[in-house]
Amino acid sequence: MNMPSSSQQPTTRQPDQAILVGLAASTGTSQSPPPGPRTVQASDRKNHRRAQRPGLVSRRSGLNTLTELAIRVLAFTSIAAIILIFVFIGKEAWPLLHDSVIGREVTLAKMWFAQQWPGYDAPEHVWQPVSEFPKFAAWPLVVGTLKVTLVAMLVAVPLGVGAALFVSQYAGRRLREIVKPTIELLAGVPSVVLGFFALMVMASWLQQAFGLDSRLNALVAGVALSFAIIPVIFTVSEEAFGAVPRSYVEASTALGAARWQTIVRVVVPAAGPGLAAGIALGLGRAVGETMIVLMASGNAAILSANPADSARTVSATIAAELAEVVFGGAHYTVLFFLGVLLFAFTLVSNLLGEFAIGRMRRRLGGAG
Amino acid sequence: MQQRQCAKTAGRLAKLAIKGLAMATAMLAPLTAAAGEITVKGSDTMVILGQRWAEEYMRAHPSATIQVTGGGSGTGISALINGTTDVCQASRPMSAAEKEKLRDRYATTGVEIPVARDGLSVYVNASNPLAEITMDQLKLVFTGKVTNWKELGGPDAKIVVYSRENSSGTYVFFKEHVLKNADYTVRAQSMPGTAAVVNAVAKEKFGIGYGGAAYAKGIKLLKVKKDGDSAAIAPDEAHVKDGSYPLSRPLFFYLRNKPSGDVGSFVDWVLSGAGQAIVTKVGYYPLK
Repeated sequence: MNMPSSSQQPTTRQPDQAILVGLAASTGTSQSPPPGPRTVQASDRKNHRRAQRPGLVSRRSGLNTLTELAIRVLAFTSIAAIILIFVFIGKEAWPLLHDSVIGREVTLAKMWFAQQWPGYDAPEHVWQPVSEFPKFAAWPLVVGTLKVTLVAMLVAVPLGVGAALFVSQYAGRRLREIVKPTIELLAGVPSVVLGFFALMVMASWLQQAFGLDSRLNALVAGVALSFAIIPVIFTVSEEAFGAVPRSYVEASTALGAARWQTIVRVVVPAAGPGLAAGIALGLGRAVGETMIVLMASGNAAILSANPADSARTVSATIAAELAEVVFGGAHYTVLFFLGVLLFAFTLVSNLLGEFAIGRMRRRLGGAG
Repeated sequence: MQQRQCAKTAGRLAKLAIKGLAMATAMLAPLTAAAGEITVKGSDTMVILGQRWAEEYMRAHPSATIQVTGGGSGTGISALINGTTDVCQASRPMSAAEKEKLRDRYATTGVEIPVARDGLSVYVNASNPLAEITMDQLKLVFTGKVTNWKELGGPDAKIVVYSRENSSGTYVFFKEHVLKNADYTVRAQSMPGTAAVVNAVAKEKFGIGYGGAAYAKGIKLLKVKKDGDSAAIAPDEAHVKDGSYPLSRPLFFYLRNKPSGDVGSFVDWVLSGAGQAIVTKVGYYPLK
């Protein structure tokens, strides 16, 4: 979801500058285009000029403020939506921390520490919300999520970054125009289709190839999930490589570096923050993605690090169980608490991604 | 000229708006006044059955509209309590707590109508050499105490256990009647529906799962023994109807009040010969 906005920013940067140059020319200044904030000044100057024209003054500026207001409202609506969503989820999860009725069934401590349950030999982390003694251990779900995400990242990062490196550094123009849209097309494949493919076909392949005990497991879900995040990582990384100034490459070549040396020592480090951004955004998507894991992971809440075991992720748990729970009950509250965790995690990874993109801009901006 | 066109466009727009409003009201109508419209919601096990009933009933009574959806018995009972469905299909009896909630809202504990019987079947892969299993063994397998087919007299391979999501009535029924309320093993993989369990077991050589007999295609049904000494009984019509199959269960309709009007005639029809014939066609068992 975050992909389009963040990935477009680097592309729109050049057109921005072009407009800037155009504006600068039209306002009669011969300065070289300054970055960032000056854009506003330039357009302000233009408004000012318009305002000076007699007759049109009130109508034009009225329209201007109106348009500006509308755009502003639109922008703040999405921010308000995010805040409202967070407040709502938080409100539903809040009773978990203080409500005494819910506290009899589940507390934060019961969620995070092994409990001795009747019928079990030793203290254990168990997720069995529909039971005589409902058990809400969070660790099996968190570990399941991390396990699936790790597999997905291990597959998607080399493939995504590698493909981006190839497209930006090695591929000829015609090849690039085939490869790039094809990978980006992958982002448009609905996750339910990927999940179905994993469930019906990929699970059997992987089971035969690796001799796994069960068809559906964290490995299958992770590999299927990687298809969903490869385009995210690819798009952002490709922009990052594209933003490395030619002068860097030329300087390196002039010093006698081979092509691969230039790429390993100059291009990749220069694009580093951009790659980090792509990985962080991919991570956010991987942790939050629901449908693929719901269909392909087997959904058994096993506390194990083995990727060949089935896994139940936080997002799939919420999707599978929320429809059935008693409104406002312990199970309901716990699911919303898990939602808060998920929201916080994706928010942080997306913020890190945005931060890294910003850093890359600053680093490469001066040398452009 | 321009002005006239503007007026025309405005007129068209107004017409469109009126049309839109009319459509919106038409769409809202079923929510407010349910004239001739019956909503049926609940057990995933019974969705197919409910849909066939609805189709046949609507063919015979063109004025009636019946909407059938699944979601699980629990979901259906919640909908009955919340007043969002007329008929709840359930593959388990309503719990005391649920009846209590219904009484709080409507001063009635609801009306329970058995409409069919089901033999909850135990599925294994078609290649599995095992033919029968005892109730005790089932419990050991699904609670995770037995993890290898060897211990049941089968090949030396790990048992892959398939279960249902915890919103399913079948999940609850199996937990109560087979596991005696113990927890499922954490290794049990939860599938979103009976068809998904069947599909999983059909593809998983050493898998085991459970669900309604109606779905059993491309897999093998195990005969079930009540205990070590009793005979192994297949989930077929005679044994399910007389209750000798250990996992036979009634399927219910739940209503808030005594059936009357449109709902009443639908329920009567379901219990009639025509309705019960469909039960057999779908793969469940009629009451008589």
